[in-house]
Amino acid sequence: MRLMTRTRIVYALFAAVIAVSGWAINSPYYLQILTFIGINTLLALGLNMLMGYAGQISLGHGAFYGIGAYGTAILTVHWHLSPWLALPVTIFAVILVAFIVGIPTLKLSGYYLGMGTLGFGMIVNILFREWSSVTGGASGFVGIPSLELGPISFASAKNYFYLVWGFVILSFIVCHRIIHSRVGRALRAIHDGEKAAAAVGVDTSRLKLQVFVLSAVFSALAGFLYAHMVFFISPESFSFIASIRIVTMVVIGGMASVWGSLLGASVLTLLPEWLHAFSEFEMVVYGLILMLIMIFLPKGLTRGLLDMYERAGKKNDR
Amino acid sequence: MQEFLQYFFSGITNGAIYAVIAIGFSMLYNSTELINFAHGEFVMLGSMCMITFVGAMHLPLVPAIALSIACVTAAGLIFERLAIRTVKNPEHIVLIIITVGASIFLRGVGMIIWGKDAFSIPPFSSHPPLDIGGARLLAQSLWIIVIFLLIAVGLQVFYKKTLTGKAMEANAISKRAAWIVGIPSRLMVTLAFGLSAAMGGVAGVIIAPVTMCSYDMGTMIGLKGFCAAMLGGLGSLWGALIGGFLLGILEAFGVGFVSSGLKDATAFLLLLFILYVRPGGIISAVDVKRF
Repeated sequence: MRLMTRTRIVYALFAAVIAVSGWAINSPYYLQILTFIGINTLLALGLNMLMGYAGQISLGHGAFYGIGAYGTAILTVHWHLSPWLALPVTIFAVILVAFIVGIPTLKLSGYYLGMGTLGFGMIVNILFREWSSVTGGASGFVGIPSLELGPISFASAKNYFYLVWGFVILSFIVCHRIIHSRVGRALRAIHDGEKAAAAVGVDTSRLKLQVFVLSAVFSALAGFLYAHMVFFISPESFSFIASIRIVTMVVIGGMASVWGSLLGASVLTLLPEWLHAFSEFEMVVYGLILMLIMIFLPKGLTRGLLDMYERAGKKNDR
Repeated sequence: MQEFLQYFFSGITNGAIYAVIAIGFSMLYNSTELINFAHGEFVMLGSMCMITFVGAMHLPLVPAIALSIACVTAAGLIFERLAIRTVKNPEHIVLIIITVGASIFLRGVGMIIWGKDAFSIPPFSSHPPLDIGGARLLAQSLWIIVIFLLIAVGLQVFYKKTLTGKAMEANAISKRAAWIVGIPSRLMVTLAFGLSAAMGGVAGVIIAPVTMCSYDMGTMIGLKGFCAAMLGGLGSLWGALIGGFLLGILEAFGVGFVSSGLKDATAFLLLLFILYVRPGGIISAVDVKRF
């Protein structure tokens, strides 16, 4: 299916905004924040395909994020591979893991699925922490090399910004095409009623597994980009809290919306930065904002704000 | 043998704690179908209240325990009123995020009140440890097990013998049917929330002497209590008991005979195992849908 012209314009605008911001912003701090937003958007986008479209919850995506980061760290530091070779190897490993974990886990539904993925995430995280000869243990993994591509070094904040957002745009297009295809419609059918979807000929378990693997790959890519950006990784970045943060991004931004993922990732990346001003009260305010958004805009910011806008429009019409 | 007994004792002590936490989870799940990710934070609040009342204010033990549990129950009720009941469209995922928000909030509150340091209080009584077959059973372990037994018997009596308990059980089975026969179902949900928070408080109170308590202790212990509840069968009281003890004992043996790195992994390995083999838990209270 061809992308419609209007969507093309939107994506072109999106790419232009990124190009202009990369050109205009020179402060390494802001560039770094924006790059983090990009990485988080990849995470949210992947999980959104699984949660928002197929309706399957995962509380363990931090694990795939972590495997992506630790995979490239181990391959480049211990095995002296080039990062560009480490990336496909890591992604292949993640596909394998997601496949093996997905087959039994995706047979569960609702809370039980949430718990199965939670258990998986915790076990992987404990592995990162305890297998210290390979992963560096609780004190973390140091000395991950920076990325280079021929003459271009991605050690500079600006180049890395472009690299990450390039991946983000690519993933947006991939997701967009999946959503607006037969597979995308089948996914939404599973979301609305798994039995009904099966009844009209959707191979539900196979499709659920495929989208689970896809979202794992997105998370692993984010992990790869994260590892080569900060050069140091530790198990805390991929803990249960991290998995929950990804879920929160999806729900806060808005389920089943690619732009919602961008919004959710932006809000949850920027919020802690703004909340530094509250110092001690940071966590309290963060928790409070999370609860308030969910109480008052249970469909997420994208849908909630659109609803408000539409309601205001209706009032003006009268 | 001596080693075996020693691990067994530490297993049943931890098991009793996990069971109390699991009961809190199950109770709430039964009447609201809600998994409260802030439950571990209620345990933390219980412990930290004990630190304040016993460690700092030097209150006698019984009022300190009562006050701590009352504080946690109050926190649970306030949380239910302000954050859960106000949700217009209670979808599972929305409620999950709200309880996650609450857990971050409570952790933040804990950090502001008690700081980042870890504390502990002296055991409830200063009896010397018992010597059974060469293994030492700490007095506090006995306290934990006795308090746990009191709770188990008390709840059994409450659910089977009192009108309120029966009403709660009826409400858990079917809200609508309970409402039709005149049970105030909303009140029952509030009651379940209060009781569940109180269970968290009790767990926090009894572990305050045996662990280092800090504002961030809740997450892991909450998750493990949750594993225990799943293991036994979510929503079943007996399931919570069995799951708690099974988890405690296997964890102790895992640490003792295999590797200390296994400590935290045991709970989650068991969780995955039970989910794959028998997702309803050992005592299947509910028929879990599998496609």
